[in-house]
Amino acid sequence: MQLNTLVAHEIIDLLKAGKTSAKDVYDSVIDQIKNNEKQIHAYASIFNNTEIEADASTPIPIAIKDNICITDKETTCSSKILEGFKPPYDATVIKKLRDSGSIFVGHANMDEFAFGSSTETSHYGPTRNPWNTDCVVGGSSGGSTAAVAADEAIWALGSDTGGSIRQPASFCGVVGLKPTYGRVSRYGLIAFASSLDQIGPITKNVTDSAMLLNIIAGHDENDSTSTKLPVPDYTKSLTGDVKGLKIGIPKEYFIEGLDDEVKAAVLESIEILKKRGAIFKEISLPHTEYAVATYYIVATAEASSNLARFDGVQYGLRCIPTKKRKTSIIDLYEETRNVGFGKEAKRRIMLGTYSLSSGYYDDYYLRGLKVRTLIKNDFDRAFKEFDAIITPTSPTTAFKIGERLENPISMYLSDVFTISANLSGIPAISVPCGFSKNNLPIGLQVMAKPFDEEMLFRISHTFEQNTDWHKRRAIK
Amino acid sequence: MISKENVKQVASLSRIHLKDEEIEFLAKDLEKILDYIKKLEKLDISSVEPTSHALPTKDVFREDVVKPSLSQKDALKITQNKEKGSFKVPKIIE
Amino acid sequence: MKEFETVIGLEVHLQLSTKTKIFCGCKNDFGYDPNTLTCPVCLGLPGSLPVFNKKVLTYGIKAGLALNCTISSTIKFDRKNYYYPDLPKAYQISQFDMPIAKDGYIMITKEDGNDKKIRIHRAHLEEDAGKLTHDTESSSSLVDYNRTGTPLLEIVTEPDMSSPQEAYDYLQALKLNLQYLDVSDCDMEKGSLRCDANISIREKGETKLGTKAELKNMNSFKAIKTALEYEVKRQQEVVESGSAVIQETRLWDENKNVTISMRSKEEAHDYRYFPEPDLVPFTVSKDTIDDIKKTLPELPAQKLERLSKEYDLSDYNAKIIVSDKSLALFFEECAKLYKDTKKICNWINGSILSELNNRKETISNLNLSSKNLVDLIKKVDGGILSNLIAKDVLGIMLDTGKNATSVVEEKGLAQVSDDSELEKIVDELIKENENVANQIKEGKESAIGFLVGQAMKKTKGKANPKKIGEIIKRTLS
Repeated sequence: MQLNTLVAHEIIDLLKAGKTSAKDVYDSVIDQIKNNEKQIHAYASIFNNTEIEADASTPIPIAIKDNICITDKETTCSSKILEGFKPPYDATVIKKLRDSGSIFVGHANMDEFAFGSSTETSHYGPTRNPWNTDCVVGGSSGGSTAAVAADEAIWALGSDTGGSIRQPASFCGVVGLKPTYGRVSRYGLIAFASSLDQIGPITKNVTDSAMLLNIIAGHDENDSTSTKLPVPDYTKSLTGDVKGLKIGIPKEYFIEGLDDEVKAAVLESIEILKKRGAIFKEISLPHTEYAVATYYIVATAEASSNLARFDGVQYGLRCIPTKKRKTSIIDLYEETRNVGFGKEAKRRIMLGTYSLSSGYYDDYYLRGLKVRTLIKNDFDRAFKEFDAIITPTSPTTAFKIGERLENPISMYLSDVFTISANLSGIPAISVPCGFSKNNLPIGLQVMAKPFDEEMLFRISHTFEQNTDWHKRRAIK
Repeated sequence: MISKENVKQVASLSRIHLKDEEIEFLAKDLEKILDYIKKLEKLDISSVEPTSHALPTKDVFREDVVKPSLSQKDALKITQNKEKGSFKVPKIIE
Repeated sequence: MKEFETVIGLEVHLQLSTKTKIFCGCKNDFGYDPNTLTCPVCLGLPGSLPVFNKKVLTYGIKAGLALNCTISSTIKFDRKNYYYPDLPKAYQISQFDMPIAKDGYIMITKEDGNDKKIRIHRAHLEEDAGKLTHDTESSSSLVDYNRTGTPLLEIVTEPDMSSPQEAYDYLQALKLNLQYLDVSDCDMEKGSLRCDANISIREKGETKLGTKAELKNMNSFKAIKTALEYEVKRQQEVVESGSAVIQETRLWDENKNVTISMRSKEEAHDYRYFPEPDLVPFTVSKDTIDDIKKTLPELPAQKLERLSKEYDLSDYNAKIIVSDKSLALFFEECAKLYKDTKKICNWINGSILSELNNRKETISNLNLSSKNLVDLIKKVDGGILSNLIAKDVLGIMLDTGKNATSVVEEKGLAQVSDDSELEKIVDELIKENENVANQIKEGKESAIGFLVGQAMKKTKGKANPKKIGEIIKRTLS
């Protein structure tokens, strides 16, 4: 039995029964990393865990996205500009994981500052898809999803700003959840777009997803935007029962550009849930086509400000122009930021700065915020009638490495189905729902109203119980 | 629509020193993206309120209670450029 | 020759004296080693998030009410984006379009004695930046982030002041009000009150505003006044020479007593304000405002009115008392102990104030309880001490912290009022000054004063002058 291929709840059962030890589990993960990391490159950095606590409640090896702060561990957002930055504090989710006895395997690779949908923009180089190493893993939490898919971690944390958990989960055949905005503390998550970012679990199945959310969710006095609503025991919603649930299928998500195989897999999934008693109806989310444009205004505007602090003054990279005789502080800023940021980061910072700058604010940023309202209203209306909405997670399966890197809009469009959930703050999950004929995973997205993660678990768990896509392993 | 001068100005606001070839491709990229974003102009938003926060949370405070600060040593651990308990930067001439 | 008038508007940055910073639990204090009052939040470390200190809102509302402002029913924070090494996030959390308070005013008294309303345009909350030090020897500047995140209230006036003196008076009035509120110690030396000034001139009768200069770097109210006076003159000279004033920032050079243009260092600002996504909006209900109103202390204007009435003080005297919160407090403590409040007032505005000046002290730091002062005054009124000696006794009391009784005893300063002893002195004096004695006998009463003076001299001030006078009269009639 290969321990690292098990899911967390199975491992915990074995530990409780005394049939394995936390150290054996960790060692099996490290072995897997030794054998596969060269091809996959899931990690930005791997930690040295010498002491494994024997009697912790959940001593599960976990991969942490490289934008979540861990005390004294290099946390770089996979960017050159944060080279060597070791935070003097733990993110709230890290504290919670520590309390549960988690073992941090390493910081998972990601698109630089989560700017991307393929994990190709990482300063450390791309992560490769465990199902086909010529393909991207998706992004930006591609290192986290790859680590889980390749059994190089039992589960992982990612962050999702416009689909950064769900889209790579879909590309890697794993379960990725973006909780409701405010469900999980963002304290210690290096911000991309503060009004959209959420940390969420990346797991091999839905049960693990519910378990990991149980650990990380909850109010945090250090995050003004975290909710005070109590955290239910999410494993209680794994009932296998969807009878009578009303689920909407938005027609705007079944459009040109949607891959036939993806479409077929999603429609088949709907049939499975119908058989379990769910009621489906076509609905309309009329502003869907504006989501990507809105997102690229709102997200980049916030990012341009969030990333302003990376200026070489306090931490990380500091560059000084070589030609100048005397360095001014502005030289230091401009050189550090030119050398430290990659192409996509510059593109987004520039775009965000532009849309906030005087003379353009109303036409871009303010307009973006207003269209965001329209998109949010679409969902508010839908959830008055429906318990959930089901869509494909991404229009395609994993594309080839390098294929979209030079065409930002085609890259941005791979998030076309996931972005709306961030703009409206609602929770959404991606679960494996099939494979293409090229053996690449396909993801099914379920969305629910704010703070109804239980609904997502209920539906996706029922679906999972009646399929075995999630049981396939990428690395034999 | 977006000139190289525009790009330079935005780069200066963003405090990024761009090389000439970067200015060129960024002008093209931004042009394409802004052109795509233009589709929003089709919508009538005259009576729509902006949404700056995902959810309507309000009134989250902390009490005025002192919490421990980092030690000077821990605060300065993040930098290599320090002197006399302070962060060091090139001289600012006022 | 053209006649000009001056237009001045002021921007005051006021540090609020809450226990902790505006967005984190670090101590809000002054005088610590560099970078010892910081945490991930105020250092602006990646991943950290602000949480708003409720006390700052209360203090902001208090100040807004004291400045007769309308308090906004919803407030929110915005990011003001700019790069400077003392600003660790490269944006300042501030308030852009929904400030906590607006449309207020403060009254000042003009030189002609009339009151003038100085309107407050708005007051908003924001976080302070860190502190940069520039060692002349070194090629580096050093940054201390202890001050980062100190709560600030920025108070912006309308361009309502028409002379440097009015600007000075506005600042005095503002400071007094805020000190009464106890929301800030308003100490320019410590930097807890900082002020920039916008100043322009225009020809008399002109309604359009002239081009303004923004003055910075003034370290005291007096410096603000002097800088403005300099700037009025400079701008007049520019206009009279046929040139135009340019819009610019000018720094006050305290040593040379001039303002210096810093336009070469400036570039166009584009702060790209947008709503701070890490903080939620805050509602300020009418109930909240009413509750805070109830906690407002008596403000200077109200106190002035009450003290004048209640204690029958002259406007002049009452104003002096009210111009210092602790002095007013001290006065009222004394007034509770002794009914002759006019006398108390005279003592405070006279001897006490001059002692304060000489000692460069504040009343709260002075070695004097209200009871001790009242006892001293009672001794004078009871004829035990002369006014003159009482002043010396006060000095000794302040030096030693002792009360009047023990000082008088130890130093043997009690007034001599014993008849037989005084008669002896008068006899001696009459012998020594026969001429004067004769004049008195002949009815020249004004000469009595001379003999009384001599008696005081002889007794080193201890003789009771009233009694001496009576005895002289009695003996020589």
